[in-house]
Amino acid sequence: MSVLVYAEHDNHQLKSETAKLVNAASKIGGDIHVLVAGSGCEALAQAAAKIAGVAKVLLVDNEHFSHQLAENTADLLVEMGKDYSHLMASASTTGKNFMPRVAALLDVAQLSDVIDIISADTFVRPIYAGNAIATVQSQDTIKVMTVRASAFDASPESGDAAVATLALGGAAKGAQFVAEELTESARPELGAAEVIISGGRGMQNGENFALLEGIADKLGAAIGASRAAVDAGFVPNDMQVGQTGKIVAPQLYIAVGISGAIQHLAGMKDSKVIVAINKDEEAPIFQVADYGLVGDLFEILPELEKSL
Amino acid sequence: MKILVPVKRAIDYNVKVRVKADNSGVDLTNAKMAINPFCEIAVEEAVRLKEQGIAEEVVVVSVGDKSCQEQIRTALALGADRGIQIDTEEKLESLQIAKLLAKLVEKESPGLVILGKQSIDSDNNQTGQMLAALTGMPQGTFASKVEVSENSVKVTREVDGGLQTVALDLPAVVTTDLRLNEPRYASLPNIMKAKRKPLEVIPAADFGVDLTSKVTVLKVTAPAQRAGGVKVASVAELVDKLKNEAKVIS
Ligand SMILES: Cc1cc2nc3c(=O)[nH]c(=O)nc-3n(C[C@H](O)[C@H](O)[C@H](O)COP(=O)(O)OP(=O)(O)OC[C@H]3O[C@@H](n4cnc5c(N)ncnc54)[C@H](O)[C@@H]3O)c2cc1C
Repeated sequence: MSVLVYAEHDNHQLKSETAKLVNAASKIGGDIHVLVAGSGCEALAQAAAKIAGVAKVLLVDNEHFSHQLAENTADLLVEMGKDYSHLMASASTTGKNFMPRVAALLDVAQLSDVIDIISADTFVRPIYAGNAIATVQSQDTIKVMTVRASAFDASPESGDAAVATLALGGAAKGAQFVAEELTESARPELGAAEVIISGGRGMQNGENFALLEGIADKLGAAIGASRAAVDAGFVPNDMQVGQTGKIVAPQLYIAVGISGAIQHLAGMKDSKVIVAINKDEEAPIFQVADYGLVGDLFEILPELEKSL
Repeated sequence: MKILVPVKRAIDYNVKVRVKADNSGVDLTNAKMAINPFCEIAVEEAVRLKEQGIAEEVVVVSVGDKSCQEQIRTALALGADRGIQIDTEEKLESLQIAKLLAKLVEKESPGLVILGKQSIDSDNNQTGQMLAALTGMPQGTFASKVEVSENSVKVTREVDGGLQTVALDLPAVVTTDLRLNEPRYASLPNIMKAKRKPLEVIPAADFGVDLTSKVTVLKVTAPAQRAGGVKVASVAELVDKLKNEAKVIS
């Protein structure tokens, strides 16, 4: 048995998901190899080599992978994947983009959003926005899956694996990168933050998100949002938490002016401690909140910032 | 250009599901069913491309038993031209659905296939990508903007870090995200008209595709419930609890 883990990165930084995936892979058993595929990403391969439990890091570093497009990333994994019993990527927009392609080309099923590993062939994954949890068994020869990183702790940084450079891969067929518009932020990423404060429709507009920023600064928190806040154009799409946005599980999640629709709860209900601030005491968010404060957010937030 | 839009019959997004007592699955008895929200966005996008004169025909397809004809009719009422039901009683996985769709793509030769990025029941987010792989088409997933030109389509994608735009040669596969468009409501005259639009039924067996899956569901359980919390009376009490009881801030 052997597991190939696709390293989550942006060519500059190895994302915290990678060490969490390695920990998940260790529950399967067998050798763990990490693939770093990108452009100008050699330093990241060195970083991956330090993750405890990694037997080998495979580096594919060429311009074809600078944007990790699905078409050629999938072809690369299909080429390499035949030597492994398990292929694993993060359930990020990158992993979800190419992994189903890999599975289809290998003629096997793909398991999405794995949150627990029972054995080498039995896995646990949420369905229906996390309102049901399925335990599934796969008899496929190669098990291809995306893993929800927030469900696993990170493997420590005590490893010392060898890095092998591979001359593999080609251009994406029929697809070209055109542009990207990435949100710049000095705050932690939603997936890595210990504390998250999220705003919903109750924030009324984008400017009012400044009320969350002061608190986020004091708590070292990331800022998230509900779909309603994103749809209304208050904040960009990458801040959406929920069934179809980002799934997070921080130590502390503060929901402000968010009603608690099942699709939002799906993205944050595994947080350790949940705080809800809402003027409607009947709001469903209070059913999952450890601490609920009923009141007007425009009065509460400035007071909260002052008292931290 | 012809656009193919695969749609799925799924539980209505407002329904809170319950797990069956014997842990064999989710109880769907009498549950309100609807067209999966992301599929509805896909239909809307295809219809708009037709209205702009970019597409000539919008064909919707659903894989399932007779009941999914209801969702095909919904799509026809939103403006699609004709429907195809790939008839099967079996509950298929994404790969098997993608294999059937790949055969249909061979038969229909669409210039563009638009699908929802995920269905809100199985939450898989796979079928579009698998279909692209099996047909050798490029893909633009999680689309928030689609611009079709002569031989290519530009797709703006919602990714974890923000937005990414790719250009794809046609034919291509696009999967929709929430902000691509806001689907219209079907008008009563259009609902009536939809009843007369052609709906072809093709038995899944006719496609000669192996429909077995190697994945079995062992059990389905309810998620761990959070213990009920408390209401605090003031910001001071909240901060005190977070510091001294939950110990999540210092
Ligand atoms: C297919 C699909 C996928 C979806 N995916 C997601 C997803 O990933 N993430 C997501 O979040 N949603 C998702 N949704 C949307 C979801 O169903 C809800 O519509 C959305 O979460 C509502 O956002 P909200 O709580 O901010 O807004 P609302 O439900 O409008 O709630 C606003 C809340 O703010 C409170 N409020 C207003 N003013 C104040 C004030 N001054 N002080 C205090 N409180 C105030 C109100 O009492 C209310 O509870 C999805 C829906 C569908 C159909």
